[in-house]
Amino acid sequence: MRNTEKIVHEPLFHIAKRDDLVWWQRLLIRAATVVVAFLFAGMLSWTLIGVDPFTFLGKLFVGTFGTERRTWISLRDLAVLLSIALALVPAFKMKFWNIGAEGQVLMGGLGAAICMYYLGGTAPDVVVYLLMLVVGILFGVVWGVLPAICKAVWRTNETLFTLMMNYLAMQLISFFTDIWVKDGSGVMKNETHLHGIKFPELGNVYVLPILVAVVLAVLLFVYLKYSKQGYELSVVGESENTARYVGINVKKVIIRTMIISGAVCGLVGVLLTGAINGTVTTETAGGQGFTAIIVAWVGKFNPLFMVLSAFLIVFMDRGTNELNLTNDAFASIVTAVVVFFIIGCEFFLSYQIKFRRRAKGKANDGAQDPPAAETPELPPEAGGAKEVQA
Amino acid sequence: MNALITFITSSVRLGTTFLFGSTGETITEKAGHLNLGTPGVLCVGAVSGVLGATFYVGAVSEVNGLLAVFITILCALVGAGLLGLLYSFLTVSLRSNQNVTGLMITTFGVGLAKFVKGELGTDADAAISKVASCFRHSLPFAEHMGWFGEIFFSYGILVYLAILTALLTSFFFKRTRAGLHLRAVGENPATADAAGINITRYRYLSTIIGCAVSGLGGLSFIFDYVGGWDSGLVSTEALGWLAVALVIFTLWNPNLGILGSVLFSALYILPNYLNVGFAVRDLISGVPYLVTIIVLVITSMRKKRENQPPANLGLNYFREER
Repeated sequence: MRNTEKIVHEPLFHIAKRDDLVWWQRLLIRAATVVVAFLFAGMLSWTLIGVDPFTFLGKLFVGTFGTERRTWISLRDLAVLLSIALALVPAFKMKFWNIGAEGQVLMGGLGAAICMYYLGGTAPDVVVYLLMLVVGILFGVVWGVLPAICKAVWRTNETLFTLMMNYLAMQLISFFTDIWVKDGSGVMKNETHLHGIKFPELGNVYVLPILVAVVLAVLLFVYLKYSKQGYELSVVGESENTARYVGINVKKVIIRTMIISGAVCGLVGVLLTGAINGTVTTETAGGQGFTAIIVAWVGKFNPLFMVLSAFLIVFMDRGTNELNLTNDAFASIVTAVVVFFIIGCEFFLSYQIKFRRRAKGKANDGAQDPPAAETPELPPEAGGAKEVQA
Repeated sequence: MNALITFITSSVRLGTTFLFGSTGETITEKAGHLNLGTPGVLCVGAVSGVLGATFYVGAVSEVNGLLAVFITILCALVGAGLLGLLYSFLTVSLRSNQNVTGLMITTFGVGLAKFVKGELGTDADAAISKVASCFRHSLPFAEHMGWFGEIFFSYGILVYLAILTALLTSFFFKRTRAGLHLRAVGENPATADAAGINITRYRYLSTIIGCAVSGLGGLSFIFDYVGGWDSGLVSTEALGWLAVALVIFTLWNPNLGILGSVLFSALYILPNYLNVGFAVRDLISGVPYLVTIIVLVITSMRKKRENQPPANLGLNYFREER
């Protein structure tokens, strides 16, 4: 196929930015992606576990909304996941990659548990509740603000720092569990070890986290959209140099924003320990600190969209319980695949592929083909591209 | 004395997992891609190896040790490399956020590995133990050399392969033109692009090769260190995060990784050799993370240019956006 004459090397296509899509087109593309993603997930369930796509989707619905109790649990899970994701939004808008939500939530839970363990039974319950909130939030703040301070002062890489903090938090929780639990079971129980302390119920056990999530969403929306601080952090996120030029104290903004982010994570940890689980383990956050990153990202940092993206995750997670699989790993596979589709589709919202115009007249077929094979933009194994585009 | 030798040899054997994992992740990160999918990659590498071993042992009547090792390693490379391809397709071509994609790769990889384990069930156990004995075949002259032989020559092929890979990777970064280009892509892709370096190709290749190398880490844990996968996969995920930590600890230098990996694994298994309570064990287990944070902060304080993370780490490159 080597042509002796020199071919002007023009790639088969190139990629350009696009901003010509209006909101309903974007919505349509996203909705279509979700549909395709679920179809693909259905195919996976067919081939991997032998459940046909329609039964699969049906089971997802039954698992999420099947009974009144399930609906409540799903809503509560949605609320918790959404709250953590909301906590991440200010940091992410500032382009501070806080992937330490898991650790910040766990520390919040640990702070609450420490109050329950040492004060429960001796101090009045109301005092314990208040202290749980204060200490838990404080712990979350500490875990969030340490990387922020280092980032602000020495430009320490925050992604790696916050990632490490997660595992420190887990080790601390194992440490306290082993100190407190004397029977060698390694399980901290609400009644035996933490004096049976739980936050009072509002109607039923599920309402409190849901209420907190709603309040957080509204507060955060207002904070980001209408407050000076919210504006400042988005300027820092867009360009630190611009921020500095207009007189924003970048260091202060970074630290302040991470205090907020850590505090909200800590609050969620307190809720998980004080209102939902009644105890704290290394699994209390259960990876939701990581999942929340995906929720926030897929939801474009918009609280309303984030409700949808959090729902999607909860739907997959709760729904796959209904399949009664001996192998629960299938849930993570399906969730990951659906998210791959969704993050992949973002590309087609902000970029467009411009194909090379048909070569005019003189170029024959032979001259057209070789450059295509040498296209640098996408390697030949781009078979996956079709999946995402489909 | 004997306990000490066992401790050292165990550290080196477990260190292989960290060394492969961190060397692979370093290759990826040098090109500017922070792959948080490493734990998933390790799991997939391990499981692909198991799949290969199971099929091979099932297909032949007489197991040829060399061929079994070769097939298993090849499968691990391919499986982990494919996951790397998925990651690089999403981040390089589709420009998805690297953190989000990486975390999802971890979810996906760990899920996939557990799923395969659940499906294969106990069928694979026999194959694993058979092939594991091939992997653990040590150098013939090791036992005649006393403690010296124990500490330096008593390991299976993967230990030496890991050290060789780390040395070669360092050499590649420092002494070859392609290595220089790779580092340029990670430091300043716009300049590298202007110099005519094909960013897309370098980023794809570094991620795929990096993942393939990391995948061997999972393989070595299952086949060389544990010799089974009953509890193996759960730990593989934790080891993956430690491998990411090790990259920072070694300041993106695989040569240092050889020592660092032994140190990390020594800390990892130290509690088993000490007569201490569970609470103290938990604290010791936290040390690698703490040390990594300290190293990260100190290097950022000292601002020595050769010790910094790649300047463009975690950022995607789009030519029209500079």
